[in-house]
Amino acid sequence: MRQRSIIAITAALSAGALTLTACGSRDDNKGGDSGGKTEIIIGVDAPLTGQNSATGLGIQGGVQIAVDDANKNNTVPGVTFKVQALDDKAIPASGQQNATALVNNDKVLGVVGPLNSGVATQMQQVFATANLVQISPSNTAPELTQGKNWQTSKTRPFKTYFRTATTDALQGGFAAEYASTTLKKKNVFVVDDKQTYGAGLAKLFKAGFTKSGGKVAGEDHVNTGDTDFSALVTKIKNSKADLVYYGGQYDESEKLTKQLKDGGVKVPLFGGDGMFSDTYIQTAGKTSEGDLVTSVGQPVDSLPSAADFIKKYKASGLKGDYGTYGGYSYDAATAIIKAIANVVKDGKIPDGARAKIVDEVQKTKFDGIAGPVSFDEYGDTTNKQLTVYQVVDGKWKAVKSGTFNG
Amino acid sequence: MNTLPQQLANGLFLGSMYGLIAIGYTMVYGIVQLINFAHGEIFMTGGFGALTVYLYVLPDGTSMWIALPAMLIGGGLVAVLIAVGAERFAYRPLRGAPRLAPLITAIGLSLALQQAVFNWYPDAKTDRNFPQIEAGPWHLGSISISSGSLFVIVAAPLCMAALALFVSMSRTGRAMQATAQDPDTAQLMGIDTNKIIVIAFAIGGFFAAVAAVSYGLRYGSIQYNMGFQMGLKAFTAAVLGGIGNIYGAMIGGLVLGLAETMATSYIDGIPGMQQLGGGGWSSVWAFVLLILVLLFRPQGLVGERVADRA
Repeated sequence: MRQRSIIAITAALSAGALTLTACGSRDDNKGGDSGGKTEIIIGVDAPLTGQNSATGLGIQGGVQIAVDDANKNNTVPGVTFKVQALDDKAIPASGQQNATALVNNDKVLGVVGPLNSGVATQMQQVFATANLVQISPSNTAPELTQGKNWQTSKTRPFKTYFRTATTDALQGGFAAEYASTTLKKKNVFVVDDKQTYGAGLAKLFKAGFTKSGGKVAGEDHVNTGDTDFSALVTKIKNSKADLVYYGGQYDESEKLTKQLKDGGVKVPLFGGDGMFSDTYIQTAGKTSEGDLVTSVGQPVDSLPSAADFIKKYKASGLKGDYGTYGGYSYDAATAIIKAIANVVKDGKIPDGARAKIVDEVQKTKFDGIAGPVSFDEYGDTTNKQLTVYQVVDGKWKAVKSGTFNG
Repeated sequence: MNTLPQQLANGLFLGSMYGLIAIGYTMVYGIVQLINFAHGEIFMTGGFGALTVYLYVLPDGTSMWIALPAMLIGGGLVAVLIAVGAERFAYRPLRGAPRLAPLITAIGLSLALQQAVFNWYPDAKTDRNFPQIEAGPWHLGSISISSGSLFVIVAAPLCMAALALFVSMSRTGRAMQATAQDPDTAQLMGIDTNKIIVIAFAIGGFFAAVAAVSYGLRYGSIQYNMGFQMGLKAFTAAVLGGIGNIYGAMIGGLVLGLAETMATSYIDGIPGMQQLGGGGWSSVWAFVLLILVLLFRPQGLVGERVADRA
């Protein structure tokens, strides 16, 4: 009897372990012959399934199109680019594992991602040790580029880390200014999801809002993955707030806004770029009408430079929301490809290519599809454009674009 | 504004959902002493079954008043089939094996069901939108009730009353009680215990599907992994109420729902407790409550018969 149970347990455990490993290796690159040309891989790390995956897939799609364009135009002679996309499920530990996997693949000369600032904190050191360049199209937490004490003394922690998105120091302030000056809101209820990005953004919004004379009616936190916010809704209703600010992703906020409106709280929900997703409107339906977000950059749909990109994205049948970070992902991948073009000649990868590519990316200067691309001494983008979007007739409509100067 | 009535209502809505799922845990445990950890996933498949009926079986634009019963039947059918199939092919061969074997089988089954929906259901890798009843919210004094909440507050008591009647009045129900008390003697008395066990799994599956439809209506979308958290909470509710007791499951669900809501709304108002309150801590307080109840009443709130169970 005893032996039988041990056999059963072992069988069950090994079956479970097999299932898990099968999941992990789904997107592994096959490698192989590419017609005498050198193969170089651009890595992608983003949430591709589950939480945050609508915007995460937009990053993968953006990079894919940049790589297809580079291959078609033969941007780097003698080189064929490939994309290796790894799924971090928005979990920091998975991001770190993916970073290690990418670093250990000699063909990977640059990485685009991740989506989440909290995931980035666990990846930066891995890339820095290996001198592998990393450009995030979407991380907005200030400390990623400017160090823990960014408010008092800026120091750059990792010279391999760059981003094409501007920081929450600007985004939070921009949102606060819009809320108090344009919307004339006086009393805000602030909710965040306790993550690096969400909590940081909410804090910066709150600071900006109180500075311009607004009051904080109340504060609360949720867990990622929560679905029932009815108790929170009642609290918000009781606080008489005229605006709810949410620091976090669309997964929770789309349910929060539905439950707010169902609970009779007729005030808009205002969020950051993590909430800026078509999925948000699809899930929340009519209850999302009037809700607002700020996002990085200018609206991709209105940029003439991005028209070709959007056409290709739609034609290729790629999934995900290109609107949030797709354009920036394209530009991030293009920055890496241009840097590689300066380092890899005639398909020969020189010694120390990764370090040289980092230096080349630092010097990047070109006009991308989502705006000019260049990086300052911290690895931050010099393009500080931000846009406020509002749900109007079931679509995100850009209502204000501009920059924020503190 | 006094928020207490609304918060109590919020707790009741949430608790009713927990209770409906908890029934499945408690009935199966009461009869075969198995903690069916795949029950959370049966709840999830019920939701996807209902969604399938809406998307692929009914013609586009069917009114929700017609669609809802069809979705309940379709979702219920899927959940019942999977629950009964699990019993037949995963648990029955292990009956009589050491307790650990079916428990681990249940965990494996839970992973398998989750991954199956994740891989093969169209677009299930992200949230799938659930059709909504375009009506309400209604107001009852200071309480506002959304259409999804109204559904759960009507459906849960109906289900419970029907189950109570069935178990206490019908022949099969009494056979069920007999099997729970002593399966061997029940069999000697001519009760087909295999049939009774299948019925227990089927009822649990159907109730889980009702809960899944309420979940979809209340939160607007369903996910392949929604069974994990809800299943865990419902299992907690079953233990809180006294596992093996169907009334305990419902009471445990309501108590758990109320505890979470109260923790979200009032703990951070207590001086000095501000850091420990709010939505982020609601589950923590729910589990504190569970530990306290188990310390002082290990058999659960209305449980009994600890000696020959657990």
